[in-house]
Amino acid sequence: MMTSLLGVLFDGFAYGMLLFLLSVGLSVTLGMMNFVNLAHCTFGMIGGYATVTLMNAWGWPFLATLPVAFIAAAMISVVFERTMFRRLYRASDLDQCLLTIGLVFVSVATAAFIYGTIQQPVQLPGYLRGSVHIGGVTLGVYRVFLIVFALAVSGLLVAALEFTRFGAQVRAAVDNQRMARGLGINVDGAFAITFALGSGLAGLGGALAIDIVGLDPSFALAYLVYVLIVVACGGLGSIGGTFAAAVLLGISDMAGKYYFPAIGSFMIYFVMISLLMWRPSGIFGRR
Amino acid sequence: MTPTDPATAAPAPTAPHPHMAAQVRWRTVEYVFWLATLLPFVVAPDYLALASQIAITALFALSLDLILGYAGIVSLGHAAFFGFGAYAAGLVSKWGWGEPLSGLLIAGLAAGLLGYLMSFVIARFRHLALIMITLGFGLLLLEAANSASGLTGGADGLQGVKMWPVLGLFKFDLYGFTAYWYALIVLFVFFLMARRLINSPFGLSLRGIRENPVRMRAIGAESGPHIRKIYTIAAFMAGVAGAVLTQTTETVSLGVLDFQRSADILVILILGGAGRLYGGLIGAIIYMIARDWFSGVNPQYWYFPIGVLLIAVVLFLPNGMLGGIAQLIDTVRGRRWFGWLTSPPPWLRSGSKP
Repeated sequence: MMTSLLGVLFDGFAYGMLLFLLSVGLSVTLGMMNFVNLAHCTFGMIGGYATVTLMNAWGWPFLATLPVAFIAAAMISVVFERTMFRRLYRASDLDQCLLTIGLVFVSVATAAFIYGTIQQPVQLPGYLRGSVHIGGVTLGVYRVFLIVFALAVSGLLVAALEFTRFGAQVRAAVDNQRMARGLGINVDGAFAITFALGSGLAGLGGALAIDIVGLDPSFALAYLVYVLIVVACGGLGSIGGTFAAAVLLGISDMAGKYYFPAIGSFMIYFVMISLLMWRPSGIFGRR
Repeated sequence: MTPTDPATAAPAPTAPHPHMAAQVRWRTVEYVFWLATLLPFVVAPDYLALASQIAITALFALSLDLILGYAGIVSLGHAAFFGFGAYAAGLVSKWGWGEPLSGLLIAGLAAGLLGYLMSFVIARFRHLALIMITLGFGLLLLEAANSASGLTGGADGLQGVKMWPVLGLFKFDLYGFTAYWYALIVLFVFFLMARRLINSPFGLSLRGIRENPVRMRAIGAESGPHIRKIYTIAAFMAGVAGAVLTQTTETVSLGVLDFQRSADILVILILGGAGRLYGGLIGAIIYMIARDWFSGVNPQYWYFPIGVLLIAVVLFLPNGMLGGIAQLIDTVRGRRWFGWLTSPPPWLRSGSKP
């Protein structure tokens, strides 16, 4: 009983880390510009397909494809941001939703056209497969890798936001965009960079997710829901909140599916709705 | 009896304001539109099944228009009520009561009750939290229907729906003849209701709340009760639309609750033009016919043109196709003839964001 509980907690935590990587960028950009970007998971999907293409067509090693996944997603996101999104920063929620959902539709159709609708196979290197036993609990090596990797990334992210000049500008823009502009901070520029970084992280998340949840063209829609849940529950613009919400939702989803398989799949929606009824702006949200 | 001074006597309460009276009047174009809905009987008798699908979708879009276009409530989970009504109608028939009209009423009331309960939550939230809650609610209901396979048939769909003839006279036939006129009459009745509703003082206060809830509250129109009322009505209408689908196809699948359906209906309404009575109707006609044309292609590819269209509408036609047409006509020859097309929702452009 105890060991199964630990196993579920571990798997849920790993899943939560995946959700965190996929959603942290959206949380920060939403907090900064109030831009409802439903196309965020499209960038995750781009990262995933970049990894699959490099590994299967060109034989690159898995770890080497990860930076490429990051850069590909970041660069494509910048193109979208400069050409389309920036025109709608002052538009209503609905307009932003519609434009980005339109982008999701286009990306889903494009991915289906290029790669087909099947699940993409990916062959992990030997040192990431298998499992280790610690104190009677079986831990998948890939999940351990995922957790360490995500923790390192979030540590890096927090450090960058807390201790650099750029991080201070971003925090100022999230707190009070008008005041930040008044102080001469180039909010648009900072936003463009943040947007690219956030999308890059989503691309990384998409690449890392292939082995756990698979990759097919519906990825951009299916995981959008989870990412939005994490962001809404965590509170906009809060990295700590996103982290807490991702872990909470990852674990409750896993535990729900493991212990109550009959109702497990709607555990996550139930947790979200009750959380939002309790705190409409998220766990750590201020607005 | 003392004679009253005509200057202080209150005006007759039944006399509407001239502006309102002008809104209520039927235009020639409207007569033409509704007469044209009879054309499929003559011109395309092979496509009556598609025509009844269009009428159902139009009714569903109209119900979303009431809350999104007029009250400004963004919902990403409106299929919840459509599906709830569809399953309610299916179950009523499966349990031995196949009379269509009362089945329609029962399904509508069931969805309306669900909408009423949900409206207490809806009225409390705005912006992202509202989008998320409607989305989560829709998915929750989908998962519930999937899990309760003993009741709903789960992924296999609900089997054993048998409808009795409408009014005891008209059987639902294979060609969709009965189905189309049945769906069309239901659509027309609810259209008249919606038309009456949005031209009433209640409809005006809804538009006021959409534009500025704070100011409406200051003049005595609290937004909460208004939003609860219109949300319940819209849920009732969506439930009826779902019930018509069940009754005309005699089957229910999980697809009625799908997120895809919520997204599609939003797309349909936006393409046609939200905040206009005919927006959802025109959108439904165009979308469903286009989808029928493309039905041979891989359904995943179908989303490419839809996505492109959405992007184009948001960037270039902020009031939908009807809005674009109205604008064009206005610039060409003044707005006298097509006043019913206008009353554009500026919130689509300017928004109420801080």
